[in-house]
Amino acid sequence: MPKSLQGVKVKHSKNTANLKAVRMPVPEKVTIPMIQHMGAPCDLLVKVGDSVTVGQLIGDSGAFLSSPIYSSVSGTVTAIEEFITAMGAKCKAAVITTDGQQTVCPDLEVPQINSHADLVAAARKCGLVGLGGAGFPTHIKLNPKNLSEVDTLVINGAECEPYITCDMRLMLDHTDSLLEGISVVKKYLGVKKVVIGIEDNKPEAIAKLTAAVASMEGVSVQTLRSKYPQGAEKVLIYETTGRVVMEGKLPADAGVVVLNVTTCAKLADFLKTGMPLVEKTITVDGSAVAEPKNVIVPIGTSIKDIIAFCGGYKAEAKKILMGGPMMGIAVPSDEFPLVKNNNAILAFDEKESRQEFETACIRCGRCLRACPFGLAPAKLDKAYRTRNLQALRDLKVNLCMECGCCSYVCPAKRYLVMSNKLGKKLLREAKN
Amino acid sequence: MSNHLIVAPSPHVRDRVSTSSIMLDVIIAMLPAALVSVVVFGVRALVLICVCVASSVFFEYIFRLITKRTNTVGDLSAVVTGMLVAFNVPASLPIWMAVFGCLVAIVAVKQLFGGIGDNFANPAIVARIVLLISFSTHMTTWPLPNAYLNAAEVVSSATPLAILTKGGNVADVPPVINFLLGVRGGCLGETCALALIVGGIYLIVRKVITPTIPLTILGTAVVMSLLTGLDPVYQLLSGGMLLGAFFMATDYVTSPTREMGKLIYGIGIGVITMLIRAYGNYPEGMSFAILLMNIVTPHIDKAFNKMPFGGVSQ
Repeated sequence: MPKSLQGVKVKHSKNTANLKAVRMPVPEKVTIPMIQHMGAPCDLLVKVGDSVTVGQLIGDSGAFLSSPIYSSVSGTVTAIEEFITAMGAKCKAAVITTDGQQTVCPDLEVPQINSHADLVAAARKCGLVGLGGAGFPTHIKLNPKNLSEVDTLVINGAECEPYITCDMRLMLDHTDSLLEGISVVKKYLGVKKVVIGIEDNKPEAIAKLTAAVASMEGVSVQTLRSKYPQGAEKVLIYETTGRVVMEGKLPADAGVVVLNVTTCAKLADFLKTGMPLVEKTITVDGSAVAEPKNVIVPIGTSIKDIIAFCGGYKAEAKKILMGGPMMGIAVPSDEFPLVKNNNAILAFDEKESRQEFETACIRCGRCLRACPFGLAPAKLDKAYRTRNLQALRDLKVNLCMECGCCSYVCPAKRYLVMSNKLGKKLLREAKN
Repeated sequence: MSNHLIVAPSPHVRDRVSTSSIMLDVIIAMLPAALVSVVVFGVRALVLICVCVASSVFFEYIFRLITKRTNTVGDLSAVVTGMLVAFNVPASLPIWMAVFGCLVAIVAVKQLFGGIGDNFANPAIVARIVLLISFSTHMTTWPLPNAYLNAAEVVSSATPLAILTKGGNVADVPPVINFLLGVRGGCLGETCALALIVGGIYLIVRKVITPTIPLTILGTAVVMSLLTGLDPVYQLLSGGMLLGAFFMATDYVTSPTREMGKLIYGIGIGVITMLIRAYGNYPEGMSFAILLMNIVTPHIDKAFNKMPFGGVSQ
């Protein structure tokens, strides 16, 4: 096994690194979709005309893999919309016209944590999902089948996507919440060892956390090379523990639970205040944004309102991303609302949105050298385009994490990640 | 506003390196050798290079036009092929033969198999072999280096390599310094070792190629020279060894993609070249060796498929 996995060096563009997060005013209306996580959509629990308060439960589901959704504002439900998420899934969404009061829900209570089960229940009640971008429900993550075999907690502060700095700001500005979160998860997960992985392009965060965890037993900070995608779960596990999450297995099978720094800090805040996940700190940046910022935004706020708070567009936006430029999703409209797992809104002008034409693969092998998992992207691309299911299986398209390294380095500008995404879909459909 | 947005799959940023930037780097890397060829062999060398580049680009353009495919001249690969064809012929070759070589390279080897990325063999190598077999006399008549270079003692009938490997008066072989500077008989672009090494290092530094293929070819050639009783220094510097190792064998399309595969490929080229040089009828074996290993490349690639990270075999 190699000492370190492959990846690519990307331009960091962390323009907002020195900007503390500022809270934006409550917008006139928010749109809260019922899918904001990986898993089953929530059932809408409110109807048009209902008044809601901040932190009030408005969506929940009985499904195993799901996460409850709360109102981020106080106001009145003025519409229920059919909503198509940026990923293309269909669900309902509550449109809430705000009253500007931000009245807090009277039912909120501070949870008491005395056991692992309490912790899991609290994570669910908080509506917590992986805030690094994946949106995997945290209560499922904290409750692995083989709890006794889990011995390491890895805290993800890699923040390897270009532009995004909100995790770094959290590590610097909310260090106490992060450490409280780590303590409580460490205690109730029963792990001895905690590693906080941070890329070496954030020396301030590394210094501050290294000093802060000095007194905490079993907790250490590990400096990671700035090589995208250090923050991808399987990559981070390998870099911090040397363990490999095998095909079809979960991190817990390798004895590891991974939590993003922001997720961890939010959990600690919930345990203190009882306020569930109703707002997100995100990075707003890109060549079309007048004043790039780190902003605290109520969930459901439209991209348009968020960018208006950041000085509006300084050039016509041609491409708007939810998330970073390597894995973020391009949305069709700036009416889209912010959801739980978004950590950035990036708007680019025409120049930076330009699409390059695909040309023929010249077999240069750059994709092979870039893929962290040692897949053969060019071959997978060919296998997908020829609809060769057996080759897709043999080449392990399912192991692709869609990090984008292959497409990034491809001199022929081929859409290699897209082929892998579609290749996986092809295999899923073939199975059904 | 802003509802006419571009929706495209991630990633939304791309590296600057493109097919044409890679080809431009290869062209830049060949310029020192091209320059030396003009100094050594005169204006005729410049004419040949220009004609080969122009005809290669022309053939590619016309073929794509006739077959109603997208125009690929912009990727500069035809320019590279043209330069390589010129590099692989004597400076005295009749112009029409050189043009024929480019026709073979671009149309028969490259475009008929689908264009860039789909050719099974290096177009310029096949052109060299076709020209050698079709026009043996012209392809083995070597012009003298320019008289002003004071190299009157350099042979005109046989290349130093032929003398070294096929018998002859060893006293006719020029000193090593002439090989380094390019003042010797040989194909247009292959004579100046220094220029080729500088170009090769440029390609490695610019990460256009990895050093694996050139180093294994040259290393294997040294070992094989010692085994067959030939002088390794002259073997490395003579014939098309350096041109082949740095510029021809490293063609992406026709060489293995993984480093382990490149190692096998390089060793194969080194062994075959030296076997032909030591025991074959031809004085030079580089082009045959590269062609043969080009053909084996898909099999080498298959043999070095590796299990992805965390993959479980079924």
